[in-house]
Amino acid sequence: MKNTYSHRKYVIYIILGITGAVFIFRLLYIQVINDKYKLSASNNVLRYVTDYPARGLIYDRNGKLLVYNEATYDLMVIPRNIKNIDTTELCNLIDISKEIFIKKIKKICKYSMYKPSVFEKQISKESSGYLQEKLYKFYGFYVQTRALRKYPLPVAAHTLGYISEVNQNIIEKDKYYKSGDYIGKSGIEKTYEKILRGQKGVKIKLVDVFNREKGSFQDGKYDTASIAGKNLYISIDAELQAYGELLMKNKKGSIVAIEPSTGEILALVSSPSYNPNLLVGRIRSKNYENLAHDKLKPLFNRALMAQYPPGSTFKPVEALVGQQMGVLSPETKYECHGGFHAGSITVHCHNHRSPLDLKEAIQYSCNTYFCKVFKAIINNSNFKTTQNAFNIWRKNILSFGLGKKFNNDLAYELSGNIPTAKYYDKYYGKNRWSYLTIISLSIGQGEIELTPLQLANVSAIIANRGYYYTPHILKDIGNKYNINKKYKEKHFTSIDTKYFDIVVEGMYLVVEAGTGRWIKMDSLSICGKTGTAQNPHGKDHSVFMAFAPKDNPKIAVSVIVENAGFGATWAAPIAGLVIEKYIYREVKRKNIEKRIMNCNLISEN
Amino acid sequence: MKKQKSIFLNIDWTIVLLYILLVFIGWLNIYSAVYNENHKNMLDITQNYGKQLIWIATSVILAIFLLLIDSKFFSIFSYIIYGIGILLLIAVLFIGKEVSGARSWFQIGGLAFQPSEFAKFATILAIAKYLSSHNIKIKYLKTKIITAAIIGIPAILIFLQPDAGSAIIYLSFLFVLYREGMSGNIFIVLLIALILFSSALLFNKFIVIGVLAVIVLFFLFFIRKKRKEIIILSTIFLLCVGFVYSVDYIFENVLEKHQKDRINVLYGKTKDIKGVGYNVNQSKIAIGSGGFSGKGFLQGTQTKYNFVPEQSTDFIFCTIGEEWGFIGSSVVIILFIGLFTRIIFIAERQRYRFSRIYGYGTAAILFFHFIINIGMTLGIAPVIGIPLPFFSYGGSSLWSFTILLFIFVKQDADRLKIL
Repeated sequence: MKNTYSHRKYVIYIILGITGAVFIFRLLYIQVINDKYKLSASNNVLRYVTDYPARGLIYDRNGKLLVYNEATYDLMVIPRNIKNIDTTELCNLIDISKEIFIKKIKKICKYSMYKPSVFEKQISKESSGYLQEKLYKFYGFYVQTRALRKYPLPVAAHTLGYISEVNQNIIEKDKYYKSGDYIGKSGIEKTYEKILRGQKGVKIKLVDVFNREKGSFQDGKYDTASIAGKNLYISIDAELQAYGELLMKNKKGSIVAIEPSTGEILALVSSPSYNPNLLVGRIRSKNYENLAHDKLKPLFNRALMAQYPPGSTFKPVEALVGQQMGVLSPETKYECHGGFHAGSITVHCHNHRSPLDLKEAIQYSCNTYFCKVFKAIINNSNFKTTQNAFNIWRKNILSFGLGKKFNNDLAYELSGNIPTAKYYDKYYGKNRWSYLTIISLSIGQGEIELTPLQLANVSAIIANRGYYYTPHILKDIGNKYNINKKYKEKHFTSIDTKYFDIVVEGMYLVVEAGTGRWIKMDSLSICGKTGTAQNPHGKDHSVFMAFAPKDNPKIAVSVIVENAGFGATWAAPIAGLVIEKYIYREVKRKNIEKRIMNCNLISEN
Repeated sequence: MKKQKSIFLNIDWTIVLLYILLVFIGWLNIYSAVYNENHKNMLDITQNYGKQLIWIATSVILAIFLLLIDSKFFSIFSYIIYGIGILLLIAVLFIGKEVSGARSWFQIGGLAFQPSEFAKFATILAIAKYLSSHNIKIKYLKTKIITAAIIGIPAILIFLQPDAGSAIIYLSFLFVLYREGMSGNIFIVLLIALILFSSALLFNKFIVIGVLAVIVLFFLFFIRKKRKEIIILSTIFLLCVGFVYSVDYIFENVLEKHQKDRINVLYGKTKDIKGVGYNVNQSKIAIGSGGFSGKGFLQGTQTKYNFVPEQSTDFIFCTIGEEWGFIGSSVVIILFIGLFTRIIFIAERQRYRFSRIYGYGTAAILFFHFIINIGMTLGIAPVIGIPLPFFSYGGSSLWSFTILLFIFVKQDADRLKIL
């Protein structure tokens, strides 16, 4: 029989061939070309269990514990692993309502189905223990141990800073952080985050479709152990810090104390302050809200971020610059009869004898004297133009570490302000300003602004007779001395050392028999300078800078009490007490202490 | 005579070898898919791989038995066998055991039996018998009607169980009919219907109709003056438009929810990888993660930790994909295509039309299972729960495929006896 349709077998063969080819190309695509599925398979079967290291502890310069960790437990969830759970039971265990549960889960699902998210933060020790036992019932949930920071001495809140949960921004920028991790947000916690946090470890576990652990991946070949964070020793003297905070109670302002021979910051008080324990744990967000809305701005670190005109405390600097620029010598005398008069401008001065030489001018804080010094600087024919003279003056001023940030290990400092010639050109017009226009700079007023830290550093420079170490907060990491080299480097000012003695002498006289004589101590030679800074915010700021002892100084201090009046009235005695406390470890002048502590300078405004 | 010396000398050893290979590879993969640390013994009959060994052994006995029966037995009794098949299919609708909403199984004591498996080769026998009868030509209307009835009755009965997946297999007989002289246009019609159905679901209907109109105008441009063609073309166009508009109705009202879901998953309209899309997604992950050379025997993490449901039955191909990689999967596909090609080749050398038609039927049934099953695991065909021949775990299907194949091997072995 003839087979008429025999050729059709070829069509069938071709169909078979095409089918085989299509399948093989599809396999080639999903198995060899596309990598997506390999990743998904790993995601299915591998669980990366993070091994959290303990965050480093923080001690003060004498080894007193300032910050430690307390264990807390977070309930974590990986939404895609959730399977047939008894929601009601879980809600009862962690004591939340079902509505909140659903709301939270929805929010987390939106963020990611695959990544672990914090479901409930900082659950109590009791319920976490109970939860651990029942956890096998709740696929997708697990408990993660974390640490909360605790502060045995509630001091130096601004300096220590705080840690908080990372936000989405940080997670995207830095792969180290995962949802629910903590990061230093301010202060030392921020600057030394990388040293304090240590290194997270990871254990890779195999799980089956029910999320049951099936052992470690390749016998733990790829597991890494966590490395604990290093402990920090900071230069703060906790006792001095606490004392300073006590003195500043009910006052706005700050105290900064520096060890001139090292640049180590001994105390950094910003008042009003807050108890660092308030910004920890579940109470954190509520307390933060309260502090952020407080009219007195307790979260604002005045020691680094407030910028004040230094007032008369700037006169020693002018004295140094004047000598360096050759217009002033210790013997230079100027008359003063109640003020400095030129054209329509009068800068008033208080009552004192006349004429005065340089050290006496510092001693009595004569405005007229320093106006005349400034006039001599700016109008000196050696410097040709006003602008040129001003620029040289400014350069000398900047060498005191002013007008710029230290870029040290304190987060969020501001740079203060030393005005530029350009600024005046713009403001008054080119060549349309003279020494007289900017005469207030001579007495630390006008556009000039310093942070309390800068002022303390100026004091340290004079104490050192001409140089400073960048003020810093870190003393030691762990057990090994391992401090950044830049803090070991001497920064010299542009002023010759020989010009310092007369200024030190003047500052000594301030306390011995001048404007600051109320804080004189028989056993200790204190050098200081008062300041009463006019400002647009109300009553004058009470300012004082000092160091002691006169020879081989141990401590340099700046004190600013906002809107409190004369420097001699408040800032000077506070500085005196801080110096006494630091040098003798106890304060004998109880009457002064009592007067300061009992005084509330905030309510006066 | 030499030819009659022994049946075993005349059988086609290529087919038998391919059969043995596929069954063996299948069993290894079932072992891997079911494997757990507590039952490592390959012969443990409490586990599916142990049970599959029993099914394999009984299948071999069945195969030998079939080779010993006179080859004429099946052609003589084909209508009776078909009749029994139909009766069983009717009976199962009433006294079958209900499993997840379908009555597809007879349960007799510990044994379960699926009449739709039996009906497959019964139907092939009936078709072969009918079309090989004297004076039957497929171009006659009467032949067409009777053939359609022979195929349609069991298909409808299976559809009523309901088991749409098994019923769809009966479409494979179109290949057989094509080879025996049916017009190839039916494939073109089916292809166009499939394309229209897919486009209507995927795209805006106006775009689909617009594209259709452009194509029709293109043809009209060439046949400008022939009125008859213009009328035919216009009719086709209107039918297509009608079809496109009825797709939504078919989709929403005729299909069951799970069928709609599976089609949505296939077209990527549903990305619900936790729900209806879970199987296919996990299946693709398993196969995809196998890479070029696979993770190795018993090393597949998707397989070992049971991420793919029904992996020893319908999704057995995942195991191959994951553990043996692109190399292993390709080898399996080549083995299957080789088997089909060999069956067609053998069928073509038959002198007796009955044997040839039966051969084509066998190839078509196996090929349809193959294309749907593997297409499903690779995510290019909708999920239809039918086994991969010789691979998937299960006694009924292995027996049924063995019987199907070895009746043909026997026919071939005896081909020279027919004068």
